[in-house]
This record gives sequence, C-alpha cells and structure tokens, in this order.
Amino acid sequence: MDAGNELMSLFYILIFPGFAFLVAFGLFADFFDRKVVARLQNRQGPPWYQPLADMIKLLGKEDIITDHADRGIVNLIPLFGLASVAAAFLYVPLWSVEWPFSFTGDLVVIVYLLTIPAFVLVLLGWYSPNPFGSLGTGRVITQLFGYEVPFTLALLTPAIVAESWQVTELLRFQLMDTWFIGITPVAFFVAIVALVGKLERIPFDIPHAETEIVEGPMTEYTGRKLALLKMMFQTEMVVGSALIAVLFLGGPYFPGITAALAGTVAGTVVGFLIVLVKTLLMIFLLSLIKALFARLRIEQMVNWCLVWLTIPILLQILFIIVAASL
Amino acid sequence: MGRITFPIGPQHPALKEPESFKITAEGERVVAADVRLGYCHRSIEAACQHRNYVRGQYICERICGICSHIHCNTFARAVEELLQLEVPMRARYIRTIVAELERIHSHLLWLGVAAHEVGFDTLFMYVWRDREVVQDLLELISGNRVNYGMATIGGAKMDLTPEIVDKCLEGMDVLLERTAYYTHVGTTEGTFLKRVEGVGMLSEQQARELGAVGPTSRASNVPNDIRHDFPYDAYDQIETDFEPITSDLCDVLGRTIVRVLETVQACEVCKDLLTRLPEGEIQARAKPRVPEAEALVRCEAPRGELIYYMRSNGTDKPARVKVRTPSLANWPAALAMLEGAYVADVPIALASIDPCMACTDR
Repeated sequence: MDAGNELMSLFYILIFPGFAFLVAFGLFADFFDRKVVARLQNRQGPPWYQPLADMIKLLGKEDIITDHADRGIVNLIPLFGLASVAAAFLYVPLWSVEWPFSFTGDLVVIVYLLTIPAFVLVLLGWYSPNPFGSLGTGRVITQLFGYEVPFTLALLTPAIVAESWQVTELLRFQLMDTWFIGITPVAFFVAIVALVGKLERIPFDIPHAETEIVEGPMTEYTGRKLALLKMMFQTEMVVGSALIAVLFLGGPYFPGITAALAGTVAGTVVGFLIVLVKTLLMIFLLSLIKALFARLRIEQMVNWCLVWLTIPILLQILFIIVAASL
Repeated sequence: MGRITFPIGPQHPALKEPESFKITAEGERVVAADVRLGYCHRSIEAACQHRNYVRGQYICERICGICSHIHCNTFARAVEELLQLEVPMRARYIRTIVAELERIHSHLLWLGVAAHEVGFDTLFMYVWRDREVVQDLLELISGNRVNYGMATIGGAKMDLTPEIVDKCLEGMDVLLERTAYYTHVGTTEGTFLKRVEGVGMLSEQQARELGAVGPTSRASNVPNDIRHDFPYDAYDQIETDFEPITSDLCDVLGRTIVRVLETVQACEVCKDLLTRLPEGEIQARAKPRVPEAEALVRCEAPRGELIYYMRSNGTDKPARVKVRTPSLANWPAALAMLEGAYVADVPIALASIDPCMACTDR
C-alpha cells in the first residue's frame, strides 16, 4: 500500500464517512429526534444547535471521579464504547455496493460491535459505588436478554434469504429483487423494536429510568465522560438506523432514480442522500415510539420481547427456510 | 440475591419536594420501606400563634402551593366558628367554586405527574397544557395563579362578575371534553395500564385501618368525603348528582380513575353553582374581638380530609392553631403499598397518594 492510499484510508476512517461525519450526523439526529418528539408532545422543541451546545457545555464541566471508583476503567470505558460504535459505522455501505471496507461476514462484525455499548454500561455501573448504578447494571443485563437475540436474528434474516453474510451482497440482492422490508416484514418490525431496546429509549428506557433510579449506570458520570457516553448513544442511534435502512429499505436505491443516474458522480451523491433520508425516516419511527408509550417494568419488558419479538422472528426464519426448500 | 438499601430523596428526580425514603430491595423487589419527614418544616403553626388572625390566614395559605385556597378557606371557617359568624350565601358559593376549580387544577397536575413517573411524558405534556385553562380562570377570578387569597374571614375577597361567570362556563366545557379524552387514554393505553394495574395495592380493610383519606381511600372503596358527609360552604346547595366517587380496584389505576372522574364532577359542580349564583353581599361584618373559644373544622382538600383546630384566648392572636393535612394521614397507607412492590413501582406508588411534602411538614 502506498502513502496516498494510507492517507485516503485515514481520511475515510477519521473524517468522512468515518468518525467526524458520524458525530456530526449523530448530533443532527439527536436534534431531529428531540424536535419530532417535542412537536408530538405539543412543545416547541430545541433549536438545531442544542445538542452541540449541550456537548460543549458538558466538555467544559468538572470531571468528577468518585473515590471508590477504579480510575483506569472509568476513564477508559466511555472511549471504548464510542470507538466500537464508530468502527461499526465503517462497515455500513452509505452510497454504493462498491464499499472500500466491505468483506465477507462484515454483518456479523457490525452486530458484534453494536453489542459493546451495553457492556460498556454494565462495566460503568459495576465500577461505580452508587446503588442506582448497581440497580441499573442489573437492568442493563436483564434487558440485554430481551432484545439482543431478536435483534441479531432480525439482522441475519436478510442474510439467510440472500445467502450471504456481506452487507454489500445484501444490497446487491435488493437492487435485483425487492427490498427486504417486502420479503421479511416481521424481521424489519423486530429490528426496529429491538433497536429501541438497544438504545434504551421509551418504552425500554428501564436501565436509566430517570424517575426510578436517576441515570442508572451513568449516575456518577459528569463532564467529558458523560459527553462521550451521550455521543455513544447518539452515534449508536445513527448506526442502528442506517443499518436497518440499508438492510431492509434498499440503502441508496430508489426505484427510477438509481437506474437513471447509474455510474455517475451525481448517482453516488444522490444515493448517499437517499441513505440519509431513509436513516432519518427510521429515527422518525423511533421518535414516534418514544412519544406514544409509557415505560415498561423490566420483567414486563423481557416477557413482552419474548412473546412479540423472539417468537415471531423465529417463525419468520422457519418460514423462510421452509419456503426456500420447497 | 444481595440486599441493596438505597435512598429516594431528599433529592431525587422522582420527588418534586424534599422528603427522604429508605428503600431496601432484594433484586427488583422491595422488602422494607421507611420514610423520614420534616425536610420542609417551616414552623407555620407556631408562626400563626405569633400573628393576628388576619395575618395568620396569609401564612396558612402558604402551607401548600397547590391547594392554597383550601387552607385559606379552612382557616377562615375556623375563625368564623370562633366568632359565630354567618357567611353570606354568595360568598359561600364563590368559595366553593374556587375550591372546585382548585381541585380540577390539582387533579390534572397529579395526572401529569403520575404519567411522568411511569415515563409517559406525552400524556404529561398534554394534561399540563389543558391545566392552563383552569389556571387562566383562577387568574381571571383572583388575579393569581396560586395563593388566590379568595376567602376572607366572613366572606370572599372578590366578586364574580357576569363576564367572569361566562368565561368560567366556557372553560368548564373545554375541560369536560378534554377530561373525557384523558379518561379514555388512562383506561385504554396498554403500556400505561401495565404500569398502574395491580400496582400499589391498598385493600379496603388496610385503607380503613391505616386511616387513609381522600382519593386514596375512595379508590379502595371507602366512600368518605367531607363535602358529602358534612357539607360546608355551598356543598349542601348543589343540585347535580354529588355522590362520593369510589373505585374497588384498590390500585394506582383506581386512584387515577377516581381523580379523573372527580375532575369531571368538579366541572359539573362548578357549572351548576355558576349558573345559580345568588345575589347579595359577599362580606359579613365581623366583630373586632375574638372571644375565648375552641373550633375544629374539617374540609375536603383535593388530597383528602383537612383538619384545622383553633383555640382563642380573647386576644387578637390565636392561642393554638393545629393543622392536620391529608398527606400526613396518607403516609402509612403509602408505605403499606410499597411492601413487596417492584423497585420500578416505588415512584408511582408513592405518587399515587398525591403527596404534598410541604403540607405534611407545614
């Protein structure tokens, strides 16, 4: 590899479409989410720069580490969470099937990397001496059992249909055939709802239910580290939504537009914009769910996920396998 | 599983006022709960004993920021009983109307808080938007959104003009429509029901034994309501259906239903009284000296039975003022609700008695 290529890779990873773009889009997605929820709740909502202002404010705040906490771990974990989400984003093809980071089996890597934020929260609560942290940790782990299996299975359903574990191959399949939302609607529904659990949003915001256990695992965190954790959630929302948009809604493809602009620079740009719009559409769905429901209790959440997520997705997979063998 | 003891309060996002609860939990189950009161103590009873009756009434009105009129009114009634003073009918009507408007605002406020406790912020925002209707009416009548100062010793401070009466009647129609909608949401929305059904159980026997009052007891099927049992002010003049609203559900859902239906009832009572407002004076002339006497008056505050005991010694200051607020009477019931509950249900169970910490501690 020559120097130019390496520089290009660095640009990809750090600036676009990597870390810097992800953080910027994460901030915008946070604003979009807050604005939509606010309008649904008959409120005005924040101005567009509010998430950025929050972030700057948090960066300027005092960074407190409690006496009984393990300094090394506490300093390291938030970075770890953000880094894993940012790494997962690299494998989501944003404008075409010719994605530089794509390789066989990258879907599994994305799913794996998106699991890490939950463990980050577990460790945060574990190393915090706060009782709300301990309670929150217990809830994070319990909740993990509710959504993680359906989420993984839902993302693997298109892979089973297309018989490939590579995200770009799944995109290629949708270009030739219909979008996966048409082939596996149950998987799409399960993926969205499980993503709500993953992002710990209402009705599954149980691990940091404000009125019950304050901020759960994050109760003791302030300043820079809290900013990093918030950023982790914002970017996770973007990566999860973008992944679902790519896997189920055909990513950069749109009937008519894609064929007309195939192979041109404009085609790439428009494809990228289409992905962004579809991602925002997913975030809009998440906002709707947030505004519509009350928070469940942890044991209600696990039971509900078993009945309405795990069983349907297993039936869907069974159906696909049976249909394929016929 | 290990036991964790954690504090809720004195500072906690679930509590709007400082009060301390010690919750011991095994996993997600509560095994013991204890309450420490007194974080809001302001020596109001003693302060009343060092002020004359007129100034004491202003102090007492500030016991509670939500049900301020009921304190003001009950203080006035206690002094009127000491003076053996007859209050003009129009003043009695006005006091009752303001008390019922206050009940509407208090119950709507509670519904919003309860929705927030279970993470249903959308309902919270909508309820509090519509609560502004009644807040505007109270401001129109008295000039203030809280601490209306509407009851004076022997009468009412402000008269209701015909324009105000019309505005109030319009507002009541809006509120009746909105409250019907909230009744629908509160009894059909799945996730909300999951969080309130069977939560914070208080059996009828427990409610009687622990001396629960107000909506807390009525939701456990104990039909006690001072307005109905011992009518005061204009409550004996009401011509609409005015029976205590009870529920046999004994849980938070029952308390929600009771409060929402009481809001509807309060709207109808207001409409009834506003349309039949009698003509006449609104202020009786009081004797300048309070004779040596004792008085015990009770009334139904939005949270339950409120008791004022007052003793005079012939001077211009009361010898003793004792206030028993409904929240204080409901704490034993609240702790009973927590036994065996989920940790997640602690905030909503505590909130379900509509606790007023400032009232409790005075």
